[in-house]
Amino acid sequence: MKTFAMGGVHPEENKISTAAVIEEFPLPKTAVILMNQHLGAPATPCVAKGDKVKVGQLIGKAEAFMCANVHSPFSGTVAKVETCKDAFGLTKPAIYITVEGDEWEESIDRTPDIKRECSLEPKEIVDKLKEMGVVGLGGATFPTHIKYSIAPDKKAEYLIINAVECEPYLTSDHRVMMEHAEEICIGVSILRKALGVPNAYIGIENNKPEPIAVMKAMAAKFEGIIVEPLKVKYPQGAEKQLINAITGRRVPSGKLPIDVGCVVSNVGTAYAVYEAIQKNKPLIENILTVTGKKLQAQHNYHVRFGTTYNDIIAHAMGTLPETTGKVISGGPMMGKAVSNLDGPTTKGASSVLVIDESEATRATESNCIRCGKCMNACPMGLEPYLFSSLVKNRRIEEAGAHNILDCIECGCCFFSCPANKPLLDEIRLGKNLYRGILMAKKK
Amino acid sequence: MKLLNVSGSPHVHSDESTKKIMWRVNLALVPSLIVAIAFFGLNALLISIVSVGSCILFQWLIEKFLLKTESTISDGSAVVTGLLLAFNVPATREMILLVIIAALVAIGIGKMSFGGLGKNPFNPALVGRVFMLISFPVQMTTWPKPGQNLFSMVSQPTTDLTTGPTPLGMFKENGVQAVGDIWGYFVGHIGGSLGEVSALAILIGAIYLLCRRVISWHIPVSFIGTAFIFSGILWLCDKTAFMDPLTTILTGGIMLGACFMATDMVTSPMTKSGQLIFGFGCGLLTIIIRNWGNYPEGVSFAILLMNAVTPLINRWCKPKRFAN
Amino acid sequence: MTEIWSAVLVLSITGAIFAMVLYFVAQKFKVVEDPLIDEVAEVLPGANCGGCGKAGCRAMAEAFVKQGNMDGLSCPAGGAEVAKKVAALLGCTPEEKEPQVAVVRCNGTCANATAKTHYDGLQDCAFANSLYTGESGCAFGCLGLGNCARACQFDALSVDPETGLPVVDESKCVACGACVKACPRGIIELRNKGMKDRRVFVACRNKEKGGDARKSCSAACIGCGKCAKTCPFGAITVENNLAYIDFNICKLCRKCVAECPTGAIHAVNFPPKVERPAAPAPTAEAPKPEAVPASNNQTQA
Repeated sequence: MKTFAMGGVHPEENKISTAAVIEEFPLPKTAVILMNQHLGAPATPCVAKGDKVKVGQLIGKAEAFMCANVHSPFSGTVAKVETCKDAFGLTKPAIYITVEGDEWEESIDRTPDIKRECSLEPKEIVDKLKEMGVVGLGGATFPTHIKYSIAPDKKAEYLIINAVECEPYLTSDHRVMMEHAEEICIGVSILRKALGVPNAYIGIENNKPEPIAVMKAMAAKFEGIIVEPLKVKYPQGAEKQLINAITGRRVPSGKLPIDVGCVVSNVGTAYAVYEAIQKNKPLIENILTVTGKKLQAQHNYHVRFGTTYNDIIAHAMGTLPETTGKVISGGPMMGKAVSNLDGPTTKGASSVLVIDESEATRATESNCIRCGKCMNACPMGLEPYLFSSLVKNRRIEEAGAHNILDCIECGCCFFSCPANKPLLDEIRLGKNLYRGILMAKKK
Repeated sequence: MKLLNVSGSPHVHSDESTKKIMWRVNLALVPSLIVAIAFFGLNALLISIVSVGSCILFQWLIEKFLLKTESTISDGSAVVTGLLLAFNVPATREMILLVIIAALVAIGIGKMSFGGLGKNPFNPALVGRVFMLISFPVQMTTWPKPGQNLFSMVSQPTTDLTTGPTPLGMFKENGVQAVGDIWGYFVGHIGGSLGEVSALAILIGAIYLLCRRVISWHIPVSFIGTAFIFSGILWLCDKTAFMDPLTTILTGGIMLGACFMATDMVTSPMTKSGQLIFGFGCGLLTIIIRNWGNYPEGVSFAILLMNAVTPLINRWCKPKRFAN
Repeated sequence: MTEIWSAVLVLSITGAIFAMVLYFVAQKFKVVEDPLIDEVAEVLPGANCGGCGKAGCRAMAEAFVKQGNMDGLSCPAGGAEVAKKVAALLGCTPEEKEPQVAVVRCNGTCANATAKTHYDGLQDCAFANSLYTGESGCAFGCLGLGNCARACQFDALSVDPETGLPVVDESKCVACGACVKACPRGIIELRNKGMKDRRVFVACRNKEKGGDARKSCSAACIGCGKCAKTCPFGAITVENNLAYIDFNICKLCRKCVAECPTGAIHAVNFPPKVERPAAPAPTAEAPKPEAVPASNNQTQA
């Protein structure tokens, strides 16, 4: 069975919410819609205080190149157009909406029928994705229309659909495959058409036998969709590792997947593409796993963006368990710790993960014993222990010469370090400082 | 409610810790310890206890009164040093007290003076052993006869303390005809330092460490392999002047050194290729010292010399990059 | 006897050969350097703090000599005394410069800016700053992880474990600016030492609206502008909800200190106020000058 070339770790899987069927999350009373829910520049608000909005109405317009439209996930009145502190405490431009009823734009097809035919040309597909504000739902929130606008000197050969879900705890991809296999396959076919590639590969780790079976059965009905079961190893879901696992190609340092002829999209994105293209439904919601070992019940929800973390916690578990150590948006390996529970969810959120303090508290750091575990675990073949000491002594250029920018921040180094050194923290700091040096040099 | 923790990802950690690694090494040394006690009796037990005890004590004293840092004795590294030190001395009565000096050198000079576990360039136990070998050459090369068991030691404490030669010592003096049977060497009915007697017991420990992924096969295999091949070549050239390769690797400290001392994480290279080079160097130097040096045994010196070049090997042998 | 002679002979010949080689190499690769550089480097402090912006004292000496005068170059660590010496060597007049000192413009102590989260990551301000706002929730305030203290070559900065804020030891601070560069949030500023070391400054950098700022810290500047209105000299400007006192204009009258509703304006090293029955006591939140005796040489920032 295929997997990527080097490194990787096997964290405890903890997929305890696989059986939880996706539920509709109730509408909150008020919501805060951030204007940058995607990678790049914030969208420009195009509604004003007091305006009535409907579900699916454009409220933030993408004006910069690297930007995505933002649509209202709720119907109601715009309370104010201002700034808001996001889940990590950072101030961002936002639109506050007082939710009234649930009135949708008429153009959106809300019927449960599955629409299979798509007559749009590749260019039209990309334009429509742009209009619908679709971004990558794997975590990086890269605007999808930019990814699928292939530069004329590049050629896509592979479309890879990332259904690996290598992060522990997360089950949203698992559930969406179980419940929306046909929609996903239609979405994949649309993306395949947009790129003009013969085959699309759906990579799924073989710890998910049910979704593999479901997807295999469904893919057989479609032309050019191949389900590729993969050996379980974290971080298989990282773009470069997944490309390597499926095609054997390696994205060179500082290059993009398209430079080796690959385009990678998340399985959730494929579903969003289906809804956007076939149902005219803009990207206004995502499937969130709400999970934690100490929680009474595990959930997978359809949550509209702008619902705050507090809303989700209140509905899913009442209050946080007494011994909660951390609330994480995303998986435990690459997710971000939420510091402001009043912050809203965004397009990139894939879970609300409640981790107990016994697991969440870092153990005391001790001396590096040069065991080399970090190096063996690094899927990029780097030397984390070396970066650690170089960054500590602010020898940033040396760290740069050792390719610190290759790091994909998967966290395997810190995960496997027996001395509990905060290796990834140091590497991130080093990357930031090194980028600063490179910027200064350019000037 | 308590405040939420915030830190960068990852938010979970494997259950690996330095402490676990060190205690696994200790566990892996237990078979050899049992064999040593079975063969050398009470002395072996006492030497081990005194050695481990004084290593822990010295580390505690240095951390408490000299460095004024938190004590790290619970991480088990002092126990590893103590056991390895005990395994590297002959099981004579004098050693019970002399090993205290060795422990002081091993912990004080070999480890703590560099900043404790992880910062020492040389294997502390070997620093202690080599110090003893140079300072007390007679005591360090007076080997008791094996086969004395615990009861005989207790019942006849004085009469049985005759010294028996080691295969390597015999060879150095008498040449090739003195060498005994290979099976005996493998199981461990031979003279030598405490931990060196049974290759079998060492291998049991090493296999445990391999399964637990505390060590990788690279250093032991390239160390023993190099020693085997190099001594084999010499033996084929002149069967009267050189020892046969199988006896070479089964006698003396090669097994113990290759499995437990050369594989010390702190003082050996980190990449697989580096570890192969390291093992090769150890094997080569051991055979050279054994055959052309003044001492009958060269494992300690070989490993220490290779420890010294470990930073260079680390610099030279980089891991293969993914994006290359 | 022959052994001795041969040894002497061999050693002498080798010595002579090496001496010749060394001489020729030294001649061939001679670097002609202005001897003045050495002299200037001699009078510089030699701490290589980098406060001047050069790679070290030697590089600074080269820059001085190359330029021939002191325009635009100054050694903050050496101060006026070194400047005089360098000027004498270069034969120019030294630039007059007010002595300066590092000032910590944050009052987010553990009590004022209570922790809303617990930071459990790398103890480095630059990293914590890239991760999130910090424990207090203030995106502008001090993180207290001590990058400034580590950057200080003169041991003049330390993080007070009680307040969680750095404290400047004014007797040691040479205003080299290393801490200013090290702080990822630009909290530390070099300000003129002021008459008798007295200074008045806004101990806050929060540019959020008043309400938001108060949420994370009770001693935040809320940009109300009362101080700017009170100031008889026009030394205070309020921009982006944040007041700033220009130390070149400020006459140390301290009217603003009493006016500030949150106590964000600090006055340091003033003698204790004489209680006058008519004058109302300063507001409770304002830091009482009495708290800092005149003899105390530390900025309780």
